[in-house]
Parts: sequence; structure tokens; C-alpha cells
Amino acid sequence: MPVPCRRDCGKNAVLKRPKTGDALCKECFFWAFETEIHYTITKAELFNKGDSVAIGASGGKDSTVLAYVLKTLNQRYNYGLNLLLLSIDEGITGYRDDSLETVKQNRDDYEMPLKILSYKDLYGWTMDEIVAQIGRKNNCTFCGVFRRQALDRGAAMLDVKCIATGHNADDIAETVLMNVLRGDIARLKRCTAISTGSEGTIPRVKPLKYTYEKEIVMYAHYKKLVYFSTECVFAPNAYRGHARALLKDMEKIRPSCIMDIIYSGETMSVKEQVSLPTQRICSRCKFVSSQEVCKACVLLEGLNKGLPKLGIGKSSKAKRMLEEYNSKQTQNESNKLEEAVKDLKDVSNVATDKSKGLCRNKKNTNKENDNVDNKCNKNNCCGGTCKSNAKNIDPAVSNKKLNMLLEQYGLDEQNTEDLSNTEKANGSHIEGENSDNEEPTVNGDDEDDTCSSSCGRLGSLQIGF
Amino acid sequence: MAEPLNLSIHFGGGAELLFDKIKKREVELPALKKYMPDCQHEKWTIRELLQWIKDNLLKERLELFMQGDSVRPGILVLINDADWELYGELDYEIQNNDTILFISTLHGG
Ligand SMILES: [Zn+2]
Ligand SMILES: [Zn+2]
Repeated sequence: MPVPCRRDCGKNAVLKRPKTGDALCKECFFWAFETEIHYTITKAELFNKGDSVAIGASGGKDSTVLAYVLKTLNQRYNYGLNLLLLSIDEGITGYRDDSLETVKQNRDDYEMPLKILSYKDLYGWTMDEIVAQIGRKNNCTFCGVFRRQALDRGAAMLDVKCIATGHNADDIAETVLMNVLRGDIARLKRCTAISTGSEGTIPRVKPLKYTYEKEIVMYAHYKKLVYFSTECVFAPNAYRGHARALLKDMEKIRPSCIMDIIYSGETMSVKEQVSLPTQRICSRCKFVSSQEVCKACVLLEGLNKGLPKLGIGKSSKAKRMLEEYNSKQTQNESNKLEEAVKDLKDVSNVATDKSKGLCRNKKNTNKENDNVDNKCNKNNCCGGTCKSNAKNIDPAVSNKKLNMLLEQYGLDEQNTEDLSNTEKANGSHIEGENSDNEEPTVNGDDEDDTCSSSCGRLGSLQIGF
Repeated sequence: MAEPLNLSIHFGGGAELLFDKIKKREVELPALKKYMPDCQHEKWTIRELLQWIKDNLLKERLELFMQGDSVRPGILVLINDADWELYGELDYEIQNNDTILFISTLHGG
């Protein structure tokens, strides 16, 4: 039996909205869907009249719907926006080359200029080539880190006010869950923000933040929007796949759980001493980074030196790799590194002895959280929670050595810190834990470093589909 | 005695990748009593259709399409272009010439 539209418009309903449980006809659904996004945009003041806005376009359902809806709302409500499409070509044969065709279709259908930036042009490497080097284990790290920066670069070239991405409510709930599961408090705090970015950076905005995936797909279906769907050809992240499957199972039983998780993420309070990393400019590429040298540059250096795992695993590994590399290069250089590391160890050991290991324990419990580590090193050890006599050692001395290492070897601070840390812990337990998951440790840049933003969903395919 | 049922089965949003990339199929279902002698009722519902799809169309990676006796959460089902949640989901009695569409929301975007 047909169900009448809840709005009493006289038509039959075509879907049950997961968010509200309402049964709506096509037209009433379109209206509700678009109006809610409009409300999200105006309430959060995502745009200003006259802004140029780049839409991060992958050819997939989310960005296709985002482009279509933004175009519609821009006309309907006179936003006065100049909308552009920005796509990243990772160089994944059979995946991205096909989806780029869809983006070109969007360009023609929605009459928006399109800019495509390739990893090859930006970094000298395609994802195919990177995977040939590193295998399929950590490729999502490369892909995600490079894409993030590539979007920044593209946005700078296009001179836009902000980048709009297609992250939907399910994506954000999944990210909240992931950050909880990883104890990644810094990102937990940021990942629900509808607009991210600070001075000097081009903000990312998420107009679909409160839009359910089901509705996005239904909208695209009823509007007959052409989008590209496939599975990323590279091995995805298993952990995220489980989180996604869990969320989908729960959503089936109680659809509001998506909004509830987002709400929890938004309102959860984080203890004061967990501070966020300050944004700064990468000393090499001059793009935004939370570290002295950004993760993209570290990964790139690894690739170019034939040490592709640099910057992926734990830094004890990176250190070993660098040592090996350097001993093959100039003996002289290598000695310098060893000396520096030894010096560093000495300083650290003093610190550890004085603090009776408290500091290190603290670090270990928070090992997924670089901010705590940063704090530990920079301010009074462990931000006051550790009762060490931090005054007895001069943190500046330790920092100087770190910086020296940094400069010479292109390691970011976190890596170097971990290096001394891991040394002390004999490297045994810290190493190995993180070898094949998304690495929250090294990079504090953003919540969507991994493929979650584009091929990531595919991530879940292997397990959860 | 129930007549054979004709229906269209469509796949989209990436779900077709599990079915030899074929998006549209016309199928004829035999009388339910013949196909599933143990079945308690005479009319095909989505529940039995899924079983039939599993037996006849889906050769591998079953877990990517089904979970238990239903579709995997995240796969949308549309009956004659309307959300199956409005029509009793698994218990919907299939009518002759119905179109059943399965759309994956789980493929990348
Ligand atoms: Zn209506
Ligand atoms: Zn850099």
C-alpha cells in the first residue's frame, strides 16, 4: 500500500528519512534536503557574498551532490558565490582516471570551471609509482597526506576563500568513533568542526555535515545525478572498515545514532592539558603544517631517497633507515647523526632518571597523542601532571639538539622526539603497533589524512563492504 | 496456484560490481512452492528474493551484499523506485512486473 507524503501534499511518499522518520514524496524530500543544507550553511556562516569557493570534487556521490546542491542554493538564495571544482589526480590507474571523467561531466553539467592537480606534477610521483615502491600496506597514508596538501595548493592557485568538501554525517560520525577508538583526543576535538583552518590557511568547510549518506544517495538517484562509484584498487584500512561496519549496523537499528555520535563529539569536553598543535608553516614547502617539516615533505623525502617507509612507521624505524641510508652516503654525515642521537639520548636519560620514569610512563599512555608529547618536551615536562623536576634539565638544550637533527635530516619534531623515546623503551613495544594502520601519531594536521576523504570508504569494502 | 513472477532487478551505486557489472536484469521467478517447498507462504517476498539472488546471481563476496537473511546495512532497497522501508522491507510481497533496485551507499565518493 502506498504511503502518503507526510506533508499532506497529496502525493505518495518515496522514502523514509533516516533523520526524522518522516515519509516524504520526491518533491518534499528535495525541498527538505536542500533547505536543511541551506540552514547549515547560513547558521554556521560558511560563506560570504562574493566568495570564491572550491568544491573538492572526486566524482563520487558526496562531492557530486555537494556541487549540485551548492549550485542550486547559490541561485535560489543569492549567495553570490563563485563556485569552482577542484580535483586531485592521484594517478591510480583504473580508479582515478575513470572518476575524473565523471568530474569533467560535472564541470559541463553544472557549468563550473574545473582545476585538476596531479600528484605527478606536484610531487613527481603517481600513486601507482608510490605503491610500486612501498607495497600496498601504507599507501593510504601517502594518498591522504598528499591529497590534503594538494587541495591546499590547488585552492591557493585558484585564489579561493575556502574549500568545500563532501563529508557527510555518516563520515563524521565514523571519524568521531575512530578517534575515540584510537584515543586521538586532539583530532576528536577538531573532527566535528564544520569549518576548520586558522590564519594563513584556507579553511575547509563541510556543508553536508548533518546530511545522511542514505539521503545523499537517494537524492542523487531521484535527481539522476551521474556519479562514480567503485572500489579503490589499493588495500584499504581494516580498522576503519570495522568502525564503519559497526556504525552501519547501529544505524539500521536506530538511525538517530549518527546525529547522536556527532553531537557527542561536538559537546565532549577535553581536559585542558590536552592542547592542540599550533599551525605553522612547513620550513620546506611553505605550506601549512603542525610540524617544522610537514608530513608530505617527510614522506616525499623518503620516497626520493629510496626510503619510502620514512614517516610512516615509528621513528625508531625511521632513524634506523636514515642511519643505513647515510652510512651508504657519506660516512661523515652518518657520524654526525650518531653523535647527535647519542647526545640526545644522554640528555633524555638524565631527564628520565630525574623524573624516575614518570614522564615516560605518561608519554607511553598517551603515545597516540603527539600533543601530549609536544607539551612534555616543550613546557615543563608533561604539562605539570608529571612530577618530575623538569627544572633540573634545560629543555632548551634538548630542543636545540632536536632542531639540529630536524634540520639535517628532514625529520619532523615528532619523529625525533619519538626517536629518543623509543630508544629508551628499547623500541620494542612501541614499534610494530602502528605498522599497518592509519598513523595518527606523526601528523597532527587533520582528521582526513587518510583515504577516508576519497577512496577511504572503499576502505571498508574489504571488510564491511 | 501462483503464476511465475516477472520482475526487473537493478543494481546501482557500485552494487553492480558484485554482479558482473550488470546493472539491469529481467528475471522470472518460479512458483515459490516449487523453489522453496518448505516455505510457509505462497507469495514471494523480498526475503525469498534475496535468497534467490544469493543462489542464482551472487557468486562470490556474499558478505558484501548480504548480512543474515537481509541486505548488508548501507545497501538501499527501492521497490518500484520507493524506499523499501515504506513497504515492510523483507516482508513486502512482490507483485508481477515489480522493479527492485539495490543501491550501495558504501562505495567511494
Ligand atoms: Zn510531499
Ligand atoms: Zn612541507
